[in-house]
Amino acid sequence: MPRNPQLDRDGGLRHLITLEGLPAEVITRVLDTAEPFVSVAEREVKKVPLLRGKAVFNLFFENSTRTRTTFEIAAKRLSADVINLNIGASSTAKGETLLDTIDNLCAMNADIFVVRHSQSGAPHLIASHLDATGRSHVHVVNAGDGRHSHPTQGLLDLYTIRHYKRDFGGLVVAVVGDILHSRVARSLIHGLTTMRAAEVRVIAPRTLLPTRVEALGVRVASDMREGLRDCDVVVMLRLQSERMKGALLPSAGEYFKQYGLTQDKLALAKPDAIVMHPGPMNRGVEIDSAVADGARSVILPQVTFGIAVRMAVLSMIASP
Amino acid sequence: MNVEITGGRVVDPAQDLDRVTSVYVADGTIAALHEAPPRWRAERVIDAHGLVVAHGFVDLAARLREPGFEHKATLASELAAAAAGGVTGLACPPDTDPPLDEPGLVQMLKHRARVLNQAHVYPIGALSLGLAGHTLTEMSELAEAGCVAFSHADVPLPDTQMLFRALQYAGTFRHRVWLRPQDSHLARGGVAHDGEVATRLGLPGIPVSAETIALATIFALVRETGVGVHLCRISSASGVEMVRAAKAEGLPVTCDVDVHHLHLCDVDIGWFDPLANLMPPLRGTRDRAALRAGLADGTIDAACSDHAPVDDDDKQVPFGEAEPGATGLELLLPLMLKWAAEDKAPLSRAIAAIATRPAQILGVAPATLRSGSAADLAIFHPSEPWVVRRDTLRSQGKNTPFLGIELAGRVRYTLLAGQVVHEL
Repeated sequence: MPRNPQLDRDGGLRHLITLEGLPAEVITRVLDTAEPFVSVAEREVKKVPLLRGKAVFNLFFENSTRTRTTFEIAAKRLSADVINLNIGASSTAKGETLLDTIDNLCAMNADIFVVRHSQSGAPHLIASHLDATGRSHVHVVNAGDGRHSHPTQGLLDLYTIRHYKRDFGGLVVAVVGDILHSRVARSLIHGLTTMRAAEVRVIAPRTLLPTRVEALGVRVASDMREGLRDCDVVVMLRLQSERMKGALLPSAGEYFKQYGLTQDKLALAKPDAIVMHPGPMNRGVEIDSAVADGARSVILPQVTFGIAVRMAVLSMIASP
Repeated sequence: MNVEITGGRVVDPAQDLDRVTSVYVADGTIAALHEAPPRWRAERVIDAHGLVVAHGFVDLAARLREPGFEHKATLASELAAAAAGGVTGLACPPDTDPPLDEPGLVQMLKHRARVLNQAHVYPIGALSLGLAGHTLTEMSELAEAGCVAFSHADVPLPDTQMLFRALQYAGTFRHRVWLRPQDSHLARGGVAHDGEVATRLGLPGIPVSAETIALATIFALVRETGVGVHLCRISSASGVEMVRAAKAEGLPVTCDVDVHHLHLCDVDIGWFDPLANLMPPLRGTRDRAALRAGLADGTIDAACSDHAPVDDDDKQVPFGEAEPGATGLELLLPLMLKWAAEDKAPLSRAIAAIATRPAQILGVAPATLRSGSAADLAIFHPSEPWVVRRDTLRSQGKNTPFLGIELAGRVRYTLLAGQVVHEL
């Protein structure tokens, strides 16, 4: 039961559920595998046959057009067959359990499940179930589970940082925003600490910081100016409008004043610092348009790298 | 029937007894200890060499799921589980469907339990009608029907004014009030202990302050009314500390701990194991240590199983969607023995925590082996190993975080009023 369900006996990637506990060597292998895939996008025929004949089922229990689309593009570029499941309209709305849905789809010969779910732990449950029911040839890629993990986002963020900064070694990375609810933040923190980044800072009001977040290996800064000082990388997280209810924040306006990324706050970071955002952006809430569209923003390249990283993950997972 | 139990280690904390001797049972009561009564003829002899003979365990919280949740478990299955676990008396919380807020329901429950004749059932009545927190129940009627105490089960405490009045009313008639110290607002949405593990796993947390704030509220009302309260399921180090201080102050409070919390902590959630989804949540290692110390020094009066049979369908879902609870009647003894062995507590302390003290808290017949007492007995092997598996559990609830784990301590015979209701 408790052994890491992501890795097979030879240490190869069987599922990708979380970056936590994933060896640096595996992460590096994903990033290296992704590199040549970046150029596939620039070709006329954007396909390689690595996943030909494989069926990738996009199982999104939580809405997401962007992530689902990038996974679809990645799978199709690998020549896989892609089936998108709109769960709202499907049997789950009629009360079918998650595991029954999985069993039914396995009966339709799924090879890879790309799963997004609002509950932390859903992909673990699926992976354990596949294990327990002897389906070791079926793989799970977590496209985001609750607050817990968004490993492909973490990997594409690492890829982006490596692309612009070469080494993780001396880097100071600031992650700004709703850390409490963010699977993107958790994944990036695990990735950066594994890859030995010098310092990871989290910048947020206390209502948006998880309990004992320092235990993840980060330094907390509640003052954004102090936290951004001499950073190499600034990662802005999206602020969801629901946070204004439930007494976590008073207003988007006050949030932008204290924690929004503007040119003058960015000036406190290193002169060559890059600005990242997992998207979609709330302009004027967490990030100023001038910064989002400015010279230091690498937000659009993140999307391109995201496809390549997902191609790498899918191809590594499905290979025998 | 005349039953002679020979050569067992007889442990009775109520009379400071712990020696190898014989027990003589006649007409459903303990006729004598050590020496046979005059003109004794045994109709059945139980050879208890190598075994421990104790009063049957009294479990302060065991959900029988009837009425209303018969798909999860029935009186028949759960009382059989009780007997298998050496539990001869158990208190069932009022959160049945409908809740135990009506004398007829209580009478029916007691009657059915009597007919099944596996264990004594002590119903805890609802403090408010429908557990809705508005109207007091007819506590005197319910007490007459058989309720030994009144509680709000796991439903959030009624507002403080209602709680104050409920204590005053119950206090008038000297009814016992049991309360779960959990502030519903701070606990809202939480599924795990608010700490490093929940942060890593991305699970909404229930902070310790949910317990301490509720305890502070309850203690203030106890001070004000002078009415005693039994606190159900302390889960945190701070909670234990507060109870210790309250007792030192002289407040009339008692408390219990779920036996699972003595052994497990939030780290045992592992990879989101829904079997470790309990309420109150499994807290940190320091909390666990404080609970163990609290049981040892008597701050915590008793341990219970908090038995909750949960359907497979309600556990084979993502952690946050799972129904909290674990099947526990059959694990109460081995888990208590494990605590005693690890913390070097005497066997009598373990038995006091699951028999002697619970009976006092319930206000039922003392759990003692003095002659004249009812012959409710648990005869067990103190170290026999067995693996917790679906097929070794009698309960209809097969979900426990101890599935697949080998535990030590097995009940060989259970007697209820002198009748053997379970034997291996």
